[in-house]
This record gives sequence, C-alpha cells and structure tokens, in this order.
Amino acid sequence: MTDVFDDLTRQRSKEIIAQYPQSRSALLPLLHLVQSVEGFVSQGGIRFCADELELTTAEVSAVATFYTMYKRTPCGEHIVSVCTNTLCAVLGGDDIYKRLSDKLGVGHEETAGEPGTTGSITLEHAECLAACDLAPVLQVNYEFYDNQSVESAETLVDALQRGEKPHPTRGAPLTDFKTVELELAGIFPDLEHSVEGPSTAPETMRGAALASDRGWLAPAMPDSAPAFPELPEKK
Amino acid sequence: MPDQLTPVLTRRWQSPRSWSIGTYEELEGYQALRHALTAQPDQLIQLVKDSGLRGRGGAGFPTGMKWGFIPQGATGPGAKPKYLVINADEGEPGTCKDIPTMMADPHSLIEGCIITSFAIRANFCAIYIRGEALHPIRRVRNAVNEAYAKGYLGTDILGSGFDLDIVVHAGAGAYICGEETALLDSLEGRRGQPRLKPPFPATSGLYASPTVVNNVETIASVPAIVLGGSDWFREMGSEKSPGPKIYSVSGHVEKPGQYEAPLGITLRQLLELAGGMKGGVPLKFWTPGGSSTPLFTAEHLDVPLDFEGAAAAGSMLGTTAVQVFNETVSVPWAVMKWTEFYKHESCGKCTPCREGTYWLAQILERMVHGEGTPEDVETMLDICDNILGRAFCALGDGATSPITSAIKYFRQEFLDLCAAQPAAPVEPAGAMA
Repeated sequence: MTDVFDDLTRQRSKEIIAQYPQSRSALLPLLHLVQSVEGFVSQGGIRFCADELELTTAEVSAVATFYTMYKRTPCGEHIVSVCTNTLCAVLGGDDIYKRLSDKLGVGHEETAGEPGTTGSITLEHAECLAACDLAPVLQVNYEFYDNQSVESAETLVDALQRGEKPHPTRGAPLTDFKTVELELAGIFPDLEHSVEGPSTAPETMRGAALASDRGWLAPAMPDSAPAFPELPEKK
Repeated sequence: MPDQLTPVLTRRWQSPRSWSIGTYEELEGYQALRHALTAQPDQLIQLVKDSGLRGRGGAGFPTGMKWGFIPQGATGPGAKPKYLVINADEGEPGTCKDIPTMMADPHSLIEGCIITSFAIRANFCAIYIRGEALHPIRRVRNAVNEAYAKGYLGTDILGSGFDLDIVVHAGAGAYICGEETALLDSLEGRRGQPRLKPPFPATSGLYASPTVVNNVETIASVPAIVLGGSDWFREMGSEKSPGPKIYSVSGHVEKPGQYEAPLGITLRQLLELAGGMKGGVPLKFWTPGGSSTPLFTAEHLDVPLDFEGAAAAGSMLGTTAVQVFNETVSVPWAVMKWTEFYKHESCGKCTPCREGTYWLAQILERMVHGEGTPEDVETMLDICDNILGRAFCALGDGATSPITSAIKYFRQEFLDLCAAQPAAPVEPAGAMA
C-alpha cells in the first residue's frame, strides 16, 4: 500500500505545526490538510494527523467527528451548501435545498455522481452562513453565491455538473473542494490571485453609500491624535 | 447630535481594493500603530477604558476592563506568556458584520491586533475565523503577509523592540466555537466545548495562560480610538454605550445591508434607511441582535438599540443582527427552524442544553406538522426554564430566547395552531405490532 500523504504533504504539515506555540493547535488545520489530499477524512488521514502530532487516533477521531466541515465519506468535486436557517429559509432557502435535493437525488451530505470525478456534487444544508443581508445564499466550496432563487441555484448546479465553474458573487474564481481545503489548512499556493475577486456586494456598502449620498460623516477627528491619558501613580 | 450614519469601520469600504495595504495606508492606515507604540502599554488600556468601548461580539463587556484583567509583571502570573485571540467565528443567525469587515478592510483588524497585543504585552495572536468564511480567511491572511513585509509584524516592529506574530486559523464548522472558551479549546486542537468559568481566560485562557478574547469589530475599532481619542469616540452613542456600531439589517426590508450608526439608533430609523418593509407588508417580529436575543415586535420600533435600551425592553443588543420578518411568517415555524439550529449546534457537554434542545425541536416539529397540543406550550416553557442558566455557556440560554419570547408575544398563534389540529391522535407510522 502506498502512502497517499506524500513528502510535500508532510512538509506542509511541518510548516503548519511550526506556526503554533503548541503543536496540538495544528490539529484543525491538519484535518483540513488531509481532506485536501483525499477529499474526506479517512482512517488513514486520522492516523496521519495522530502521527504528526504525537496524539492517539482516538484523540484525533474525537475531534474530526465533532466538526461539520470534516467529511467522513468521499466528497464530490464540489460541495454545495444551502443555508436553511430561518431567515434564508423564509426567503427561499428551504425551496432551493428541496429542489437541489430532488434534482440531484441525494440528501444531506450525500454525493451525486462518483465522488471526486468532474461534475460530482456533495449537497448539504448549512446553518447560518453570515450573509443574511444577501439571503438566500448558498456556497460552492465555501465561495458565496448571493441572492439566489430556485431557478438560479438549479442553473448553477447544471453548470457544475457539466464541468463548468461559474464565478461566485463574492470570492475567488471557483476551483474544487480539495483545492479550497488546502487553503483552509493555511497553505495558499496562489494567494496573489485568489485574494482578488469581488467581495463587496451592493448590500455590503448600502450604509456607507447612503452616508456618502447624504453627506453624513462620523464626527471629525482632531487634527493630530490626542495625548494618551495620564496614568495614576503606582503604589 | 452626530449624523444618522457615522461610517468609521465602514469608511474605507467603498475605496478600490480597500483590502490592500496600499489603500489602507493612503487612508490613515497604520498611523494609529505608530502613535500607539509611543505610549506606555497601560496608557493604551486606560485610553480604551476611557473610550467606553464595549465588546461587539454580543456580550458588551467593557473592552478596556477586560484588557486590564491580564496580570502583568516579571514574576507570578504576569510572567506567563500572554495571548490575544480574535473571535472571528461569526455564526449567530442574522449576524453578518465581521465577514464583510474582514473582506473589505482586513488591515483595520490587523492594526487593531498589533495595538492590542502591545497594550496587553502579548507576542502571539491568533485570529480564529470560521472555516466557511473562506474569502475573509484569504483577505486576512494576505493582510498579515503584507503587514510582515512592511515591518508591522515580526520582530522589533517599527524599531519599538516589540515583537508579534499573528496566525490566521480556520475553524471547521461549529457555532459553539463562537463561545470564547470553546473557541480556546478548539484552538488548542480539541473538540470545541466550553470550559467552566472561573477561571476566566484573562488568567487561564489559551494554553492556561492569560488571554484576551475579543471580537473582530471590537478590535477593528481600536485604531480609530487611538487616532481620535476617547472624547471623539464618545461623541457617538450614549454614555454607557458609546461609539459607532455596524447594524446588519436583513429579511423583509427593501434594502437589506450593513448600516453603521451611533449606538442607540432605533428600528424605526433603520427601516427608514433601509427603504421600509418589503412591498409594504407590515412588520410582525424581529431580532435586535441575532436569534439568541429575545424577539421584538412592532411595539418595539422605538427602542434605542444600545446595550441598555435593548435590555430594558426585555431583550439584548447581541450582535446588532436585525432580522426583520413580516406578517406572512409563522412564528412557531420560525422558532422551530431556530430550535433545530440550536439542537444541531449544542456541543453536547451539558445535559440540559443537549437534551432540552433535542426535545424542544421535536415538540416544535410536531406542532408545525399538525400534531401539537395546548399543553405543549407549557411543556416548552418548562423545558426552557430547565435550560436557562443551567449550562456552562450561553448557547443553551440563547436557545430558549426565541421560544420564550415568541410565546410571550404570540402565545395565541401557538394555541391556534394546536386548535386547528385533528381531534383524534394521529396513528404513529409503524405502530402496528
């Protein structure tokens, strides 16, 4: 059996661990790292993390099973997360999830297509994705697709299944689940480019734009920063 | 009186490439740091105390006081390494202010982190960002890289002799990690479960060392306070709730979005700014600060949305996540959806929360699906009573807020839903032996 975790992955693991005062803090990033290699957290992935951090596999499993983003079965090329929390749901999130579920013939955390192959999609309903002013939202590989409708979500999934990669509303050009998992591990092979991309929707800037229009400002700051307060005498 | 909207945190958001260090430096960026490094650290703590800045993550704890709790000194507890941890695990339903802040202006957070670390004498800072917030993670990581390249991070920052490293840490999908002690356990590579307090993070936080945990918006406010001073900051907001705050308005309004106003703005004013109710359909209920803050109704349009005002009216300011629902929305349904969320996110450590949210979700689901009884309303209140104050952290308390407040204002809607049920009990599927 060949080890799926190659020298590059081991090297990256060392880099991640070196960032922290205590090595165990690197466990969450390392679980993202193994997911970037295999597309899920396998038993082998658990063992890899345990070996790197000198933990038991039981300790690593306990952590891996706690967090929603660590998937225990192989995922699709893309993971589609539909917010179905109250606010998104009332604006159409529940309908979007149901339509995609029916269309793909899968339920929560199930994959349509052969995992890892082009156009394969893992579907999930997500909790609040912190984009409520842009509701209803969904994410593909954690990139934001804002102000969705049943129709737009269906069109998006059709494109993904054809192997296309429609640009997110906010975020970097779409890649795939494994690629973004590497970034979540803290390894950014192409940050110079992936940091670009649209990030402020009209909704994001509504207050700031309205203030500009009406000439509203925060109170003016003094011309130079004021002196710091005097400290009471130390006893 | 300041203007209705007072962009401080959001003032750079409209600038091209507002997230890059070039734009940030053109717009006063890192000037506060240069000034701060000329202070004694305790003067910075005093400045933030004087400003009255209160935590923007929901609890509203005075920030300067929190910093002042960190033991200092060459011996004893003060001799341990100290840490700054930024809570960027934004996930409270309705809350969507930190993600746009990190996307549009990550350097205000980084500059705030450096000033805060200098004030509390920390040499390591971790920014814990929820994993689903991938693009903010990139932007913050890029900002950290840019700051290192300019000498704002690393060793001997701007010749001050002060050293600081910042690591950007991605979470992995757990709402509970927004609770500060669960976040610390998670950052230590464990399941994100809250710790019993005391001891508090100020003495026993990350790696059992003195730690300040602050929200993104709190720390991003610090550079402006250094540049403007405490008197300037206090020109906005009220005596006990000073400063500007990002109000995230979502739901059934014409123009949902981020509106930065002095603390104390009302929903009536926010609705005017946001173009009113969508399609003119009347308001039914709303949250002042996320789903964990008790619901308000149309009675509360003029409640000042600051820490005291929201509390006096029976709710909490929370994260100023103003979710607006019109009269087409069923209250029991909305409460069921939120309760399903708390059930999913309960970490399972404390029995009242773990079991209580499980049973509450089942009762609400049964009710919404047509099999509720009037007694269920009392049962839910009883369960809530057994959760509130009986778990380690505020997740359990938060889970009870939508239910108890919904029953307080909309009891009849729950009862009507039950009265509309068929009289005969529905045969459970598979009940035949």
